[in-house]
Amino acid sequence: MDLYRAHVLVCGGTGCHSGGSSDILASMETEIAKSGLDKEIKVVKTGCFGLCEVGPVVIVYPEGTFYSRVKVEDVPEIVSEHLLKGRKVERLIYKEHDKAGDQSLENISFYKSQVRIALRNCGVINPENIDEYIALDGYAALGKVLTEMKPQDVIETLKASGLRGRGGAGFPTGMKLQFCANVPGDEKYVVCNADEGDPGAFMDRSVLEGDPHAVLEAMAIEGYAIGAHTGYIYCRAEYPIAVKRLGIAIKQAKEYGLLGKNIFDSGFDFDIEVRLGAGAFVCGEETALIASIEGERGEPRPRPPFPANSGVFRKPTNVNNVETLANIPRIILKGADWFASMGTEKCKGTKVFALGGKINNTGLVEIPMGTTLREILFDIGGGIPNGKKFKAAQTGGPSGGCIPTEHLDTPIDYESLTAIGSMMGSGGLIVMDEDNCMVDVARFFLDFTVDESCGKCPPCRIGTKRMLEILERIVAGKGKPGDIEKLEELGAMIKEGALCGLGKTAPNPVLSTIKYFRHEYEAHINDKVCPAGHCKALKRYTILTEKCVGCSACAKVCPADAISGQIKSPYVIDQDKCIKCGACIEKCKFGAIEVK
Amino acid sequence: MKSLAELAAIRDKALGDVQVRTEKDGTRIVVGMATCGIAAGARPVLTAFLEEVAKRELKGVTVTQTGCIGVCRLEPIVEVYKPGEERVTYVKVTPDMVPKIVSQHIVNGSPVVENTIGYVENR
Repeated sequence: MDLYRAHVLVCGGTGCHSGGSSDILASMETEIAKSGLDKEIKVVKTGCFGLCEVGPVVIVYPEGTFYSRVKVEDVPEIVSEHLLKGRKVERLIYKEHDKAGDQSLENISFYKSQVRIALRNCGVINPENIDEYIALDGYAALGKVLTEMKPQDVIETLKASGLRGRGGAGFPTGMKLQFCANVPGDEKYVVCNADEGDPGAFMDRSVLEGDPHAVLEAMAIEGYAIGAHTGYIYCRAEYPIAVKRLGIAIKQAKEYGLLGKNIFDSGFDFDIEVRLGAGAFVCGEETALIASIEGERGEPRPRPPFPANSGVFRKPTNVNNVETLANIPRIILKGADWFASMGTEKCKGTKVFALGGKINNTGLVEIPMGTTLREILFDIGGGIPNGKKFKAAQTGGPSGGCIPTEHLDTPIDYESLTAIGSMMGSGGLIVMDEDNCMVDVARFFLDFTVDESCGKCPPCRIGTKRMLEILERIVAGKGKPGDIEKLEELGAMIKEGALCGLGKTAPNPVLSTIKYFRHEYEAHINDKVCPAGHCKALKRYTILTEKCVGCSACAKVCPADAISGQIKSPYVIDQDKCIKCGACIEKCKFGAIEVK
Repeated sequence: MKSLAELAAIRDKALGDVQVRTEKDGTRIVVGMATCGIAAGARPVLTAFLEEVAKRELKGVTVTQTGCIGVCRLEPIVEVYKPGEERVTYVKVTPDMVPKIVSQHIVNGSPVVENTIGYVENR
């Protein structure tokens, strides 16, 4: 074995990949070979490091030097300066807004307050090499379970750990396994729900891309616990890198006999197949997901019976989310007490959030339960860009609600978020600033759910559509008194009457924005004004006569011929003709056009 | 996979592959590789260290390089950092000194005094 003195880690997650990291990887290998360093420096493609905002990311160990926004042209310099001569390339080192450069990974505030359990191997190992996973105790948990533990011991350990479903609902994982184990029968299934559909959420994708073996190992452990021999991973086809790496991981695990027949000579057989979803949001709902695995139309059905009794092919089935599974091998190895020592009274361990929207450090963070939103957004997330003011954060995507400034210090767990009208959800966290109109945000999320509603039950099919029509009316400046009350009434009925989680949660974005930002709704309806200045139909462009020099530039650029006047005297905008495109304001050199 | 021992064997073999990334408190051998170091012959020294550490399959030892330490006339300079001990600075290192430094100092904990900066300077 050659000893490598340095490892160059190039991020191969989706974010950095689309930033060109595969070219960087190729160029890195060529340049290193050219300098004759290929025997002493190893180049590794890893999963997501989390700080996607500054990608493509390259990290050099043993120093842990964190290079951000690397381009292919930078590679020769990194090789000749850093790798050959040991001089770090200062200009490429990631710098925090108020601090000097030369920081290694663990000193950056983005990483400092994080506790990485589900993401422990993401950005550390090469996900396409099973040996690297094994080197960091991979498959040791499966070995321990199969050689030392009874199935019931596994379930008891998970119960004691307090692990709850990370897909959003937060059902205790150990209890779910117990229900499934209690059902008699020798044909059972383990299903991994990797149909991550929330707009703005990419936690599961990063785990699958960065540490696929952790999911496989956990599924085998669950299979042993409930007596199943087949596992299905239901992954959306829109995650090509994740699907590819899962395929490689399953193949490698089979070659090593870590999947297949008689694993660890224990007599336990387990195999995993990948099923691709076609991108329907409703297929993230477990009964719809199961129907889709069976080859049926992806529509939910009423529960009970729960999948634990009647799931895939009407057999007992345990369905877990990717992030939930990724925690399991660690819990087995380090013990339930270790896991239960983190988090709040009712919610143990950590949660991964995907930060998006108006935030400096867009990316992926894993924090202990009970961390406040303020810490996530301002300490780890680096605050709001361009000095704007924070307005609200949306958790739980289209099923969740918004959290306004007054609740920034709420410790995050399932119960506390539900109490303030939002929900944990799978972990998407979209940040909004003073420029975002909350009515329009609600309209955006509802538009998504109307689109994704499967149409099986009327409350969701018809009710959400009616709500959307009212919202569209309001943002178009045609809201009527009584609209807010109608939205509240409809929302309550849909929550009560819809068949599955999609419909039951669809009104949440509307109800929570009404709860915290009712004045914005009222301004739209009563005063025909959008307080954030976002809604186009409510904008009004006017020319300030005292500033206008009459150059006619605005009139020439106006596509609707709405501006008229005499050269060298002030122009006017005809409000009936104006389409509010804003072309005039860009053209005016004198700041004479005002928008309200 | 038939036994835990088999898994442990793969683990031990692969551990060397990733320890550069995870090792935070092991022994560090740092070779000065600025222009002065390279001109004085630091590269063969660095390679010699790598070969020696690999040959002995030492765990928890990283070999890395750094810029100019400042005393260019004494290059190639190699510094050894062991956890909880003062660093030891070797000067005018040649590849043939490397096996002795590794066996006597890295493995057995006793610095090769005659090659250290204090000894060479006060000779």
